[in-house]
Amino acid sequence: MLKVEARGSESRFWRYASPVLALLLTGVTTSLIFLAMGRPPATTVYTFLIQPLIQQDGMSALAVKAAPLIIMGVGLSLAYRANVWNIGTDGQFNLGAICGGGIALALPDLPMILLFPAVLLAGLIGGAANGGLVAWLRIRFNANEILTSLMFAYITNYLLIWLVTGPWRDPMGFGFPQTAMFSDSAAGPRLIADTNLHLGIVLAPLVAVGLWFMLEKSLLGFQFRVLGQATRAARFAGFREHRLVWIAMLISGGLAGLAGILEATGTLNQLTTTLSPGYGFTAIIVAFLGRLNPLGCIPAGLLLALTYLGGDAAQIRLGLPNAVTGIFQGILLFYLLGCDFLLLNRITWRAAAARGVP
Amino acid sequence: MTQAAPQTPLLQMRGMTKQYPGCLANDHVNLTIQRGEIHALLGENGAGKSTLVKTIYGIVKPDAGEVTWEGQPITIQNPGHAQRLGIGMVFQHFSLFEALTVAENIALGLGSAKDRAGLRARIVKVSNEYGLPLDPDRVVHDLSVGERQRIEIVRCLLQRPKLLIMDEPTSVLTPAEVQTLFVTLRRLASEGCSILYISHKLEEVRALCSAATIMRLGRNVAEVVPATKTVKELAEIMIAMDLNAPTPRPPMAPGARPRLVLDRLTVRSPHQFGTDLKQVSLTLAGGEILGIAGIAGNGQSELMDALSGEILAGHPANIVIDGTPVGLLGPHERRRLRGCFVPEERNGHGAVTTMTLAENAFLSSYIRNALVRFGVIDSRKTHAFAQDIIQRFDVRTTGPKAQARSLSGGNLQKFLVGREVLQQPSVLVINQPTWGVDAGAALAIHEAIMQLAAQGAAVIIISQDLDEIFVLADRIAVMAGGHLSDPIPTRDATVESIGRLMGGGGAAVHTAPAEPAHA
Repeated sequence: MLKVEARGSESRFWRYASPVLALLLTGVTTSLIFLAMGRPPATTVYTFLIQPLIQQDGMSALAVKAAPLIIMGVGLSLAYRANVWNIGTDGQFNLGAICGGGIALALPDLPMILLFPAVLLAGLIGGAANGGLVAWLRIRFNANEILTSLMFAYITNYLLIWLVTGPWRDPMGFGFPQTAMFSDSAAGPRLIADTNLHLGIVLAPLVAVGLWFMLEKSLLGFQFRVLGQATRAARFAGFREHRLVWIAMLISGGLAGLAGILEATGTLNQLTTTLSPGYGFTAIIVAFLGRLNPLGCIPAGLLLALTYLGGDAAQIRLGLPNAVTGIFQGILLFYLLGCDFLLLNRITWRAAAARGVP
Repeated sequence: MTQAAPQTPLLQMRGMTKQYPGCLANDHVNLTIQRGEIHALLGENGAGKSTLVKTIYGIVKPDAGEVTWEGQPITIQNPGHAQRLGIGMVFQHFSLFEALTVAENIALGLGSAKDRAGLRARIVKVSNEYGLPLDPDRVVHDLSVGERQRIEIVRCLLQRPKLLIMDEPTSVLTPAEVQTLFVTLRRLASEGCSILYISHKLEEVRALCSAATIMRLGRNVAEVVPATKTVKELAEIMIAMDLNAPTPRPPMAPGARPRLVLDRLTVRSPHQFGTDLKQVSLTLAGGEILGIAGIAGNGQSELMDALSGEILAGHPANIVIDGTPVGLLGPHERRRLRGCFVPEERNGHGAVTTMTLAENAFLSSYIRNALVRFGVIDSRKTHAFAQDIIQRFDVRTTGPKAQARSLSGGNLQKFLVGREVLQQPSVLVINQPTWGVDAGAALAIHEAIMQLAAQGAAVIIISQDLDEIFVLADRIAVMAGGHLSDPIPTRDATVESIGRLMGGGGAAVHTAPAEPAHA
């Protein structure tokens, strides 16, 4: 029979094996779903996970999708390690895009050297302001940040919808819910001309490495880690919890805002109602799949970016609904959290005969 | 019940062997417990007592060995099985849910709904009957360590055990409470319940136990009748070396300047059922050790937190370190003034158990040891400091990279005391310096404290172990109901006089009339 035993301490092996097992189980489960839908699982998985990579420009499309996911996942890893549960990165993403986009639309004629940094900074500040509001509510009113940050995600989403269908709607846009296109100097530089390989693709790994260094090597990162693991020990050491909550929310919110404005300026070149296909929520999966380690967020972000491309491919080539992406991500998070049970517990198979040493 | 076969021992273990990776924890250990006997199990930390006890309680499966229970050979499968046989255990580290009430915690340990019928009434009845008063509706979070222990004992007693295992039960109790516990235990024994008593306090073992099994390095070394040996002899059998008392310190220089002054320190407890500090005043000179005695939960942890800066005082001048008012300064600033602190709870307060020893060494020492450069941790210096603590305080571990939780309680305590002592504090405050620590480690900690005082530091030890206070302190004060009594020189104090000040178990009730006359 199956038996569950507590390990007593965390297993190093399963710390890294658990996400791999979760991925395998996700693959098996989605295959079964494809089978139930009457599709051959092998071809479907191929179309979903391999095809997008080998088609023309597959890699650059992947990088463009992964950049915001990595930037946000890194910020979340930091916050989660400090026990600050920011769930509303999608809202911070949108608010960043709104603030940066507002500058871009208001001052289109400034030279790029002035305008683009101002746009990015506004995005960063917008996201950080949203994060800071959540921190303030937690500290001032002891309001749970899981709830407040999530509620802000809806508020900013509707704010974006209102802006692009109302005051900011492009008068030349035939009534489509979108703003005017940004000027070239607002859109920022491209790594390769006439592609959408924007600056975020370079920034994402830099942010990951920078925050990894901060978390693992700096005094500030140490304070986050102690706060996350033992609040009383943090107090004993003299680390100020409120200050750390502020910083964690400002960084994770600010990075989400930065991701939002990079996405708006880098790929769409305007604001629309559907700027984020749930990037902020996917970033939560990125953070967990990356083991709350900023460096781990790089492969995790690439994988989840692939699920977006795969969803598109499956829709175009196989006529599957786009919801496949959401299903895949949901199943992955489910297994990821489930497999982490193995970190602290072991499951043994015990034959009846092997029992009892008299 | 016991008349069936009075000669058969209740529990007999022969040749118990348990191998852990890299460590033979039990090597053919024998243990025999008679019915109605209070049997001591002695040994240093790491001698294999815990493994043996866990085997009895069904937590550890032995590799070899025979167990007979009431004359019948038996394999104890798991703690549930042990409980059904009539074995109860009070652990040194309690397994209580802090957010639940006393009654809810006890209910969780009981199997069926039938067992839980009328539970509150039974808790009150049993706890009063055995002199362990408990309010079933209090939330565990707000209870002192001593009160938490009572829950564990009452939880066992409700199951009418035949064998009660107690791991270091008296370390959190006052002399009066210890006497009450002994009355409880003797009464249980006279009712036919056997008790396996694990303790480092040899004086208590001599007073209470009729037999003792002594272990060292996983083997039996002796079976003795404790009353026939002196404490020194028992300790020497345990650790197989000659024990010396801590070296006496030179007398204090007269007119030494005060290093720590508390002036009418009044602090509200942050805990719902905590004890507020009321007008605590004292003056401590360099080179002096002040012992603060008292029953758990009379404001000691609040005093500790107020001194370390985790709780701020109302006014800067309430606390003065070396002439600087620090009442409104946090732990950082106090450490800069060379104040060092060792809280009572090691796990999650003094140390982060899931972090390495190096990281834990860094936790409270990075300011004094300058372990941060440009915001970045100097990991080489940190590592070297941790290594230094490990060597100088003889911490048994694999090295600075070991996780704190891999250390035994005594070893971790040596590490934490070492972390603060090696920062050469001018003021050192230690809450429960040797709780759950074996004789060898306790001696090392005592030596370190005395040496530090000899170098001119002002030291406060807050302890529930009066022996320890009498050995170390120059003056003794007592905490009761949030008040601190006037310190009296140790040579003028007796266990009785201090015990009276402690309030003899009902301190909280007497707080109002027992207002000490303070300026």
